[in-house]
Amino acid sequence: MDDGSELSLTIAHIVQRLKGSHLHSQIERRAKECLHQPDIKLDSLKEDVRSFLKTSGWERQLQNAVYRELQVQLPPSHPAAPPEHLKEPLAYMRAAQAGWEKRVLKSLNSMSTELGVPLARMRPAAEQKELANKWNEMGTDEPDLASVRPVYAPKDFLEVLVSLRNPNHDGSEDVSVRSHWGLVQVPLNVRDIPQLRRAFSELNLTSGQLGIDDHAHIHPDLFENEYVQIGKKVVMEQDSAAAQQYSRQGCSTGLRADLWALILNSNNQPQDVMHYEQLTAGVIQHDLLVDNLIYKDVKLTASNDDYYFVFEDFLYQVLLCFSRDTAVLEHFKYNSATPPRSFIQGKGGEEECAVVYPPNGVIPFHGFSMYVAPLCFLYNEPSKLYSVFREMYIRYFFRLHSISSSPSGIVSLCLQFERLLQTHLPQLFYHLRQIGAQPLRIAFKWMVRAFSGYLSTDQLLLLWDRVLGYDSLEVVAVLAAAVFAFRAENLMEVTSLGSAEAVLADLSTLKVMPLIQIFLFATAI
Amino acid sequence: MSKYKLLSEHNTRTEGKQRLLHTKVLMNNKSEERGGRCVRYKCGQHTIQSVLRERPGWVEVKDEGEWDFTWCDVGWLKESFDNSYMEEHVRVNHFRNYYELSRKNLMVKNLKRYRKNLEKDVGHMEASKCDFFPCTFTLPSEYHLFVEEFKRSPGSTWIMKPVGKSQGKGIFLFRKLKDIMDWKKDGTRSEEQKDAAQVESYVVQRYIENPYLINGRKFDLRVYVLVTSYAPLKAWLYRDGFGRFSNTRFSLTSIDDKYVHLTNVAVQKTAPDYNPEKGCKWQMQQLRRYLTAKHGRETVESLFKEMDNIFVRSLQSVQRVIINDKHCFELYGYDIMLDHNLKPWLIEVNSSPSYIPSSQEDYEMKFRLLEDTLNVVDMEGRLTGKEKRVGGYDLMWNDGPVFREDVNLETSGSSCFTANTHLGCVNDREKQLRQLLKPFPRQKKM
Repeated sequence: MDDGSELSLTIAHIVQRLKGSHLHSQIERRAKECLHQPDIKLDSLKEDVRSFLKTSGWERQLQNAVYRELQVQLPPSHPAAPPEHLKEPLAYMRAAQAGWEKRVLKSLNSMSTELGVPLARMRPAAEQKELANKWNEMGTDEPDLASVRPVYAPKDFLEVLVSLRNPNHDGSEDVSVRSHWGLVQVPLNVRDIPQLRRAFSELNLTSGQLGIDDHAHIHPDLFENEYVQIGKKVVMEQDSAAAQQYSRQGCSTGLRADLWALILNSNNQPQDVMHYEQLTAGVIQHDLLVDNLIYKDVKLTASNDDYYFVFEDFLYQVLLCFSRDTAVLEHFKYNSATPPRSFIQGKGGEEECAVVYPPNGVIPFHGFSMYVAPLCFLYNEPSKLYSVFREMYIRYFFRLHSISSSPSGIVSLCLQFERLLQTHLPQLFYHLRQIGAQPLRIAFKWMVRAFSGYLSTDQLLLLWDRVLGYDSLEVVAVLAAAVFAFRAENLMEVTSLGSAEAVLADLSTLKVMPLIQIFLFATAI
Repeated sequence: MSKYKLLSEHNTRTEGKQRLLHTKVLMNNKSEERGGRCVRYKCGQHTIQSVLRERPGWVEVKDEGEWDFTWCDVGWLKESFDNSYMEEHVRVNHFRNYYELSRKNLMVKNLKRYRKNLEKDVGHMEASKCDFFPCTFTLPSEYHLFVEEFKRSPGSTWIMKPVGKSQGKGIFLFRKLKDIMDWKKDGTRSEEQKDAAQVESYVVQRYIENPYLINGRKFDLRVYVLVTSYAPLKAWLYRDGFGRFSNTRFSLTSIDDKYVHLTNVAVQKTAPDYNPEKGCKWQMQQLRRYLTAKHGRETVESLFKEMDNIFVRSLQSVQRVIINDKHCFELYGYDIMLDHNLKPWLIEVNSSPSYIPSSQEDYEMKFRLLEDTLNVVDMEGRLTGKEKRVGGYDLMWNDGPVFREDVNLETSGSSCFTANTHLGCVNDREKQLRQLLKPFPRQKKM
């Protein structure tokens, strides 16, 4: 396909996506209204309306919407490619993902049978009323969760990734110095430091960074003040693409909420608020088994965290609604995962009676609530918090727990982490391997959560600034390797997996940007 | 080389778990004749004990030995002050009549008098800058004044606090006059409060009904202010501090539930669903970042400026009353509450804030705080006296406001000076101390 037709295909695709959207109707309405204005002349109608839309800010909003579509758009592919190829081109990965999903669903079904609780049920009226009253303090509710177990934990998922093999690749070469020492044994293409330096050029040692150059002893006039001024301008201009570019060097605390909302094009329009309210009504009406998983997860993770326990109620409000949001199903077009299906009671087996379960197709696992917790620091209103979280999930977080060949997918991140470590810290990797402490076994849990709950909040938000800025999760793998590099001296002295874990148990004092910067730009290659 | 001896004495009080810590530092001028340093003392868990123990050149003194420095509980103040003549270099960690600021009824009395004088001498605008404490009356002496105010605002909630107690003891809320009439008539209240009623007075204060909540939870702020002199007034503000959360969600429906309304950690610890693993505190830096993310930098900066105003004016209100003594310094723990408009309110000032740590992080913060307090007191004579910052302490008031910028002929015309306070900001004290202090030991001219 040549560039010209590719472009027109893309344009056609985006037009189709935005046609009939709320933004479309708003722009139409404004355009019709402006016809009454005196400066709109009949003979130059098109230009005048266009310039009106430009000055009133509507063009910018359209621009942002288009930009958003470009971000989530599927890469161009062969016209004859079936839809599952768009989700995941590699057949063996698709098969592995399908196998994993079967296991998860089986686990969920058996929990349902064990507990005698249906996957979904309608709440009786009294219960609905009670829940509506307690909506803002669901954390005070203490359902009996003793017999609820998380459906899976990250380490279960790691075992699946470790056992992944490409049937077309002959991996039987003898284990030698040149072979891969790590756990992930699939031949994916991941970027190494020279390529990362080019891709993440804004992080280099000569550019100012928030997280480094806003430190106490550096005079704010050298970088911070001007950078914050630029940030204010970006917010005023309401330009998504500019916000994304800006975020690469970090967002200042006071502007971050607006900048992230801009990058994700999450503007909390009335229809978004309405959608959220519909979801809360859904929560009140029906009880889902996965709700128990959510309760359990929040109680086990966020509620026990010094910094996130305050947000317990917010987390329920977001996650319970998330489970019921069928709009999330759209992202399965480009997610290698497929939403699980279940059958309405009594009609098992009949395809027409299959429903997606849970309604959003995402079964939460142990630690899932940590994707939401840091966002509570930024957004006050539940509907805004919800829409930002949902957008972040369907752009980034889903990749951290589904098997795919995407460069931001967890498989690639694991491989990238291992390769970076083996290439640049071979002595350390070899030592850890010898003592039975494969580095990935320690780093995996960090990467699955994009470090949420392991770093202090302000550092985590600086890391996520870059995830958004570069539209890639690779910086998470880089940070994992950089942490090992930072603690290499201590790690060289340990003699067991347990002591290696102890050295890396507490990351709360780490400053992420210096670590990433040094690892990428000061490592000899 | 002079020798210091640090002695500690432990007296376990019969009531409560409070361990009395009485530590002394001895400096022996005839040092050359003695042999090496000697560190002997009983071990305690009190944080100040550890700080003193780790300070190079400080030695504990037991019993009746001479001392240069004492960190004592207020109960021992009389003995410390009256029994011995103090040489010039000696330091004590309280002012003789510290209670003018820390006893609730006296603090209010001093604040009200200060405000009245300001109104008379300067004007209404200036006096309104003192409107940072909720309407308060001492009972039973101001009962009638209270009733007048009570009737003016029907339906509002009031809080009763015993003047001399701490850690939330004896505090309750009420909305009807009859609730405290009962108390006066000796009704259904507990033994403790009955005794309290006879022994001490109470203050009644208008309850802040719309506190600033974080996800439905109420919290208050603990801030540390060190005063090294009242005449002239010299006060330092520590960068660290913390917010203490109530474990349950805030609601006015059950005013009997003290766990909802009181945020002292001591009270929270006794709540039935208290989970010690569930943190109740946020470090000040975390809180400041959270507020900045929610409300923007300018709003939060003006909030912190208003808090500076509270600290300075509260100290000014007792400036003439406190008996100044160059031997004295005092580290106060201020309790501040924010309302939903982000206005800070002064709840009380503690002259003996607790140093018992609730977590490792809390221990480290309190350790730093005490270490830097000793750095400012400067028994070792390493400071010039012109410093604007020592470790985590920023000089907030030095007989006048202290500014970050250097004020000289060229800049004095400009009006954009920023206060030299950094509450909730990065506390990179170690680096600063390395640059500031010369290494131990150094002779101090006695």
